[in-house]
Amino acid sequence: MGDLLPFSEIKDTFLFLEDWEARYAFLIDLGRKLRPYPEERRDDAHKVPGCTSQVWMAHSWQGDRLTIITDSDAHLVKGLLAILVALYSGKTADEIKAVPVEAAFAELGLEGHLSPNRRNGFFAVASRIEALAAAHT
Amino acid sequence: MPQSMLKSVTGPADWRAQFPALQGQMNGRPLAFLDSAASAQKPQAVLDKVMGTLSGYYANIHRGLYEYSQRTTAEFEAVRGKMAKFLNAKSQNEIVFTSNSTDAINLVAHAWGLHYLHADDEVILTEMEHHAGIVPWHLLRDLTGIVIKYIPVTQEGELDLSKLESLLTKKTRLVSFVHISNALGTVNPAEQIVAQVRAYNPDIKILIDGSQSAVHMPVDVQKLGCDWFVCTGHKLYGPTGVGVLWGRGETLLKMPPYKGGGDMIERVTLQGIKYREPPQRFEAGTPPIVEVIGLGAAIDFMESIGWDAITAHEHALSEQLFKRLSARKDLRIIGTSPNRAGIVSFLMHGAASADVGMILDKCGVAVRTGHHCCQPLLGVFGIEGTIRASLALYSNESDIDSLEEALDKAGKMLA
Repeated sequence: MGDLLPFSEIKDTFLFLEDWEARYAFLIDLGRKLRPYPEERRDDAHKVPGCTSQVWMAHSWQGDRLTIITDSDAHLVKGLLAILVALYSGKTADEIKAVPVEAAFAELGLEGHLSPNRRNGFFAVASRIEALAAAHT
Repeated sequence: MPQSMLKSVTGPADWRAQFPALQGQMNGRPLAFLDSAASAQKPQAVLDKVMGTLSGYYANIHRGLYEYSQRTTAEFEAVRGKMAKFLNAKSQNEIVFTSNSTDAINLVAHAWGLHYLHADDEVILTEMEHHAGIVPWHLLRDLTGIVIKYIPVTQEGELDLSKLESLLTKKTRLVSFVHISNALGTVNPAEQIVAQVRAYNPDIKILIDGSQSAVHMPVDVQKLGCDWFVCTGHKLYGPTGVGVLWGRGETLLKMPPYKGGGDMIERVTLQGIKYREPPQRFEAGTPPIVEVIGLGAAIDFMESIGWDAITAHEHALSEQLFKRLSARKDLRIIGTSPNRAGIVSFLMHGAASADVGMILDKCGVAVRTGHHCCQPLLGVFGIEGTIRASLALYSNESDIDSLEEALDKAGKMLA
């Protein structure tokens, strides 16, 4: 945690921007600010299956808190991943289970990106994080 | 009886006006629908026919003695005749309704393959196949031990037919290939492939996947000389849920049923079952009644325009699409065969296809991004996916203008 804006600040900035071009540019910028992804974890085990872009995700538990590091070859997908990191990273399993991820994306008008229809690996990352929290006792 | 909304259609602008979904907007922008290779939009005549059937005289078919059922049955069976004529089949009994092309290929893999193929028998596919042309044979290989070989694809995106001769052996039982590549737009020389296979051994069975070709060019299954030809209704301006398997009459007769159920049996006793003749033998259970009738309206719509007008328009527009995209310095075209239909796959230099697709979406431009269910094919080019623009009879120059403008914007935003 600490490497990104908190979700509330992301939301304020996002909603302040008036058109989709500015919002997409902001998303791209958010993605660029993500912590660099460790090259040794850019392997099949960390690749999240998707259809239209490549996505990698690594995690570690620091005590009872989950740290998420993620990357994509697509800038917009990476920006969306940054929002997920803001929502989930640094939280405990119980806090993760309580994250209103769909509502959060709906507040940004980005709920379409959470639908399985996008098949961009992004949806799978959210599911994977939720599964990690569910399995962590 | 519902009034047909089909007007006299005279030119591409009139054709386009028949498709209500194209009049709408996407993300507040006029829609440029360039994803017809995935599924085509539906003309008003199809919508009217589907609604008219459901609201007017809908009933299950082949069962009732009452008027609704008889009328629905008659309309359903009339489409069998229309499809036979559309594909130039010898008889309407050679037309089997399936749920889509995938289902049709699976039908052949099971009803014919499981019965007639044995361990070490060889099946030749191509690297260009849609997954639907690969996976059913892999499933069959797991059951029977058949051997699968592939005709390779060149860097231009054509089948390397110089390799076909060395792939054919005494054990070859089937050659199955895609007529037009859904991912690259390449039109394969189907008659030449059939001739080469037949010259080697006339007993080798040949299946052609016409999912993309049936909508872009007149298909004559007798002239093609194959044993099976499959296509799907939703790409032919018809409803989803209905596909067509054409099979040579004598071949279908030798195939046992694929699925068991109602409407495919002559007589059931506790000791045994006598199956009906093809095509009913392969149509167990209630079929997609309304979808088939809707497909009939789609075929009528296409025939009211005529192949000459459709192919002239699509050919000119395809050429324009290919030339304009090829001329752009920011794109790499995947699949550059001159023998092509209105499908162009490309990558934008330095940009992920998903990013480009998402920006195009905001610009009102609908394209497909991803592997197009052709992972082995894209592997030939060393890539994971492409952006694909595809045309249909309702496409126009302004769709291509919108695509280019959106690509310009994507290039700037992703730089």
